[in-house]
Amino acid sequence: MTSIGSCCLLARGKGGLGRLTKEELVSLQKTMLQIRHFEQAVAKAFLAGQIPGFLHSSIGQEAVAVGVCASLREDDYVVSTHRGHGHVLAKGADLNEMMAEIYGKATGCCRGKGGSMHIADFNRGIVGANGIVGGGIPIANGVALAAKKRQRGQVVACFFGDGASNQGTFHEALNLASIWDLPVVFVAENNLYGMGTSQRRHQKVENIADRAAAYNIPGVVVDGNDVLAVREATLEACERARRGEGPTLLECKTYRHYGHFVGDPGAYREPGELEAWLKKDPLNLFRRYLEEQGIPASRLDELEAEAVEEVRLAVEFAYRSEEPLEETALEDVYVPTEAGRRAIL
Amino acid sequence: MMREITCREAVREALREELQRDEDIFLIGEDIGFYGGTNKVTQGLWQEFGSERIMDTPISEAAIIGAALGAAAVGMRPVAEIMFIDFIGVCMDQIANQVAKLRYMTGGKVTIPLTIRAPGGAGRSAAAQHSQSLEAWLIHTPGLLVAMPSTPYDAKGLLKAAIREDNPVVFIENKMLYNTKGPVPEGEYVIPLGKADIKREGGDVTLVATSRMVYFALEAAAKLADEGIECEVVDPRTLVPLDKETILESVAKTGRLVVVHEAPERGGFGAELAAVVGNEGFDYLDAPIERVCSKNAPIPFSPRLERFITPQVEDIMAAVRTTVLG
Ligand SMILES: Cc1ncc(C[n+]2csc(CCOP(=O)(O)OP(=O)(O)O)c2C)c(N)n1
Ligand SMILES: [Mg+2]
Repeated sequence: MTSIGSCCLLARGKGGLGRLTKEELVSLQKTMLQIRHFEQAVAKAFLAGQIPGFLHSSIGQEAVAVGVCASLREDDYVVSTHRGHGHVLAKGADLNEMMAEIYGKATGCCRGKGGSMHIADFNRGIVGANGIVGGGIPIANGVALAAKKRQRGQVVACFFGDGASNQGTFHEALNLASIWDLPVVFVAENNLYGMGTSQRRHQKVENIADRAAAYNIPGVVVDGNDVLAVREATLEACERARRGEGPTLLECKTYRHYGHFVGDPGAYREPGELEAWLKKDPLNLFRRYLEEQGIPASRLDELEAEAVEEVRLAVEFAYRSEEPLEETALEDVYVPTEAGRRAIL
Repeated sequence: MMREITCREAVREALREELQRDEDIFLIGEDIGFYGGTNKVTQGLWQEFGSERIMDTPISEAAIIGAALGAAAVGMRPVAEIMFIDFIGVCMDQIANQVAKLRYMTGGKVTIPLTIRAPGGAGRSAAAQHSQSLEAWLIHTPGLLVAMPSTPYDAKGLLKAAIREDNPVVFIENKMLYNTKGPVPEGEYVIPLGKADIKREGGDVTLVATSRMVYFALEAAAKLADEGIECEVVDPRTLVPLDKETILESVAKTGRLVVVHEAPERGGFGAELAAVVGNEGFDYLDAPIERVCSKNAPIPFSPRLERFITPQVEDIMAAVRTTVLG
């Protein structure tokens, strides 16, 4: 499944690596449903004018977030992107705190200062989303470097888009991670577009994973809508990283069902493209698989109802929360050391 | 009645007219062509001029500025777009170490007729990486010219001047002003770089304001007029070169100066202007110079916090009262 060099094989899920119990399988679907309903709820609230700024929806890409994070340990890290709600939810972010942050409330995980594009929760290994395309990739290396120096066997899953793979930061960071054998899984979330520019128009490689050859690290392509395939490929990359053998470039082929941002009609898409991808909806695919495995449909419906309810409660929490006090705007610029205090005056 | 168009349309008109005028001009940037531009400034130009002249790039800011610089150095006149000015962080080496210095380092052997357009400014809850006003980084870099227009009329005339200029110009637009309308004549005109514009006349205090803050200053001036305080609002329009004469003349008349900009106070354009006026216009001053700027913090996401950090009309009014009433 893994190849070093220019040839990338398609990783296949449902195989031997790290077999899951039925309950574990069900929990993957649960997390995907949480993300789906979370994204739907924030889009709705945004369009109703309750959420400031702008939002990037990850609907359609849930299997990448969940498959990757399901193979991580609790003390592992994720580095995320502007389209990061799924990543951080899958890594265990608190629904309420996250929703409140997106609403810009004082109870938000970043005290209303970051919003959708800057969710972070260091206690849960969520090093942060990022508003700069490609901005997070080098940071993942530093987190991995620290993990390596401290010999705790932790890995970093670093998410970024197909568009980000054209930034200098991508190439610099992969090379560094390669020569230092850093424990990073570089997860290229290839949803075929960087904003309105299709992958065909922004790079000549068909597989971003082919670029692994340039750094002599494994490059793996996986069906990003198959949560088990993503999980297995990530597990293998993580094991390699924990053994001290260095990074992997894991490309997950997927698609965003909505526009670049909530409100973008996505007029640049090929006709029929969305329809074709909707047929490969990761949640539907996995639901079908779970039913084949004998999970009753009623149980799966229950899961969905639970997710809907949890998200509803989070929206209520966020909506009811207070806006931050003005004076808090000058906090967190610096640690309030003597120097830090004087610097904001 | 002169027609009114938006800043967005004014910039687009300038680009279109210049593209028609000179074959060596081309646009380069992310999603400026097929997609029509994140802020829709370049919408329609790709259809009109084709992909050879309206060039979509990958998300690679350093490559964009480098390519524009190289082409400019050998005689073309590229106009690069950086989608948000915040992203100049990604290509600051190309801008500050390459674009700004190539001519100097080569003893004047090369001319770089390059325009870099980028929108800045807060107001949309776009948070710390999509809301900044970074003109101070640029004016601190010898080799660059920096334009920062406020009205559609100024935007069009200054952009045409920037594109025809033989020095690199960073042309800073404001995302909150793209829909702002103003009178723009049908015919061709160019506004020379380095010429301030008095947006309102008044005898009690000089308000020098940039970009969106010009509108805030005008609003403050209108309200203060009701209190009997007459403000003169001066828009420098370009920060480099700076029209010191117009500003000093105004301060000579009013004896008071309030500088207003949206960038953080520390090390900002206001500090530079205060130094210029303190030095060259010391004798005119009847009161200490006031600055109304963002507080020294990043731009937060929450609308309430964003409003708190960035200057508001009331802040300008308070500063004016301080200088006038002491
Ligand atoms: C340095 C930088 N350049 C441009 C942007 C504007 N921008 C935000 S997201 C985006 C597209 C990113 O595409 P990709 O990396 O494929 O991620 P996706 O949006 O598809 O998840 C762009 C151009 C940015 N935020 N940062
Ligand atoms: Mg993409």
